[in-house]
Amino acid sequence: MVESWQPDWPPSKLAGLDLAGLQRPLAEREDRLAAFDPRARLILAALLALTVVSLQTANAGLVALFAAGAIARLGGVSLRRLRYLLPLELLMLVLLLTLPFSVPGTLLLAVGPLVASREGGALALLILFKANAVVLILFGLVGSLGAGPAVHALARLGLPSKLCQLVLLTLRQIDLVGDEYARMRLAMRARAFVPQSNRHSWRALGWLSGMLLVRSLARARRVADAMRCRGFDGQRRLLWRFRWRRRDTLLLLGALPLLAGLLLLDRWGWSGWADWSG
Amino acid sequence: MAHIPDGVLSAPVLISGALVSTGLLGLALRRLRETELPQAAVLASVFFVSSLVSVPLGPSSVHLLLNGLMGLLLGWAAVPAIFVALLLQAVFFGFGGLLVLGVNTLNLALPALLVARLLRSMLHRLAAPALGSELDPALGAPVPVKHAEHGLSAEVSSPRRQRRAFMLGSAAGILAVLLTGLMLAASLVLSGEAFWPAARVIAISFIPLALIEGLMTGIVVAFLLRVEPALLRLDEVRHG
Repeated sequence: MVESWQPDWPPSKLAGLDLAGLQRPLAEREDRLAAFDPRARLILAALLALTVVSLQTANAGLVALFAAGAIARLGGVSLRRLRYLLPLELLMLVLLLTLPFSVPGTLLLAVGPLVASREGGALALLILFKANAVVLILFGLVGSLGAGPAVHALARLGLPSKLCQLVLLTLRQIDLVGDEYARMRLAMRARAFVPQSNRHSWRALGWLSGMLLVRSLARARRVADAMRCRGFDGQRRLLWRFRWRRRDTLLLLGALPLLAGLLLLDRWGWSGWADWSG
Repeated sequence: MAHIPDGVLSAPVLISGALVSTGLLGLALRRLRETELPQAAVLASVFFVSSLVSVPLGPSSVHLLLNGLMGLLLGWAAVPAIFVALLLQAVFFGFGGLLVLGVNTLNLALPALLVARLLRSMLHRLAAPALGSELDPALGAPVPVKHAEHGLSAEVSSPRRQRRAFMLGSAAGILAVLLTGLMLAASLVLSGEAFWPAARVIAISFIPLALIEGLMTGIVVAFLLRVEPALLRLDEVRHG
């Protein structure tokens, strides 16, 4: 049933435009969490993200990262989707390179006048683990749902009606605008346009964006008229219904002790955990 | 790098970002009429697609933020457009995170609103069809009417006006991106003193970004003035 929800997203790869992230087929492997209600997955993702973000030690962060990796794997996230993590790692690199030198603490490494501290390194690692863990959780629990079901679940969870419609309409239009862009880019390529770092290229790309706006505004008017013809009055009407079953409740209830355990581990560490349980 | 990932910022920054963003979003949504939703969605998706286009810069390439252009064209509607784009990017592309969504929205939307406040009325005047031979306040010269049957003066796209449109767009792009960079750095520094060096690196990296953004926004606005001035004064068209 989930598969039939997803519209066909034509690949816009030709134009160097990467919209594949919105596609479900990118999660090439089977989504083993498909049995759960999308709403339960959304709630779980939010709970997990909240827990991960509040972790304080790199050890617990590492545990969270492995757990997030497992969730992503269960959700059927393919390795190809993980390349989206690259921009994130760029920012992480800046933090990894600067934080050890800006946090005071015990000496780890001295490079000339610069002194790196152990605490700074630990903080940088913690942030690295947490940031990646949250993204993996989002990929595994929400991203692998596909855009349509994810937004419907958000709507059922009480996202404001206008915002919901905006997201749904935008999703559909991204597809169309992406096609339009791919067509225009193909036309440019047919005229031997190769983007370079010069005035000509910038102007051409600027005009491309402008033309995209012009054509899309015209389309927006047509879409609005057509929607009014079909009786669009601004009311939200959701087409898909989800069924909340016992296993969804069990999933959330089962997650709570695990999350609490992780927080305890984070607070008191491995030894504290042993003291507390023994 | 305009998207801060989860796990970096401190709780007070996250919470205040989320609260302010929610407030702005509520205000913006209230101003958006239901019948305007299709148009807002189409424009939001254009900005989403355009921001995925890589623009060559030196040996590398960058993605535009376009929040200046969004503020200029959409006004308040830029806030939900930015939020929707960030939501989709966080969930499906891994740019940013879930709990930082508020801060990230604020960092992009506030500069857009500022640009809208400062420059939008100038843009509206610039793109307004000149009627009769009244004095054009923007140029201080009488504007002759040609092609009056289209209700649009050919002088709307005179080279002088186009230059002005380019300058206006550039100012919007540069201002919005610089402000976003500053707010980004500020949200890092407010989360901990230890982020100072990283914040400085990021703020400096936003300077070339602002320049290319200004150039591109200027080109787009000048192009729109020539091809479809109606896009430059969306509110007036809607209300008129």
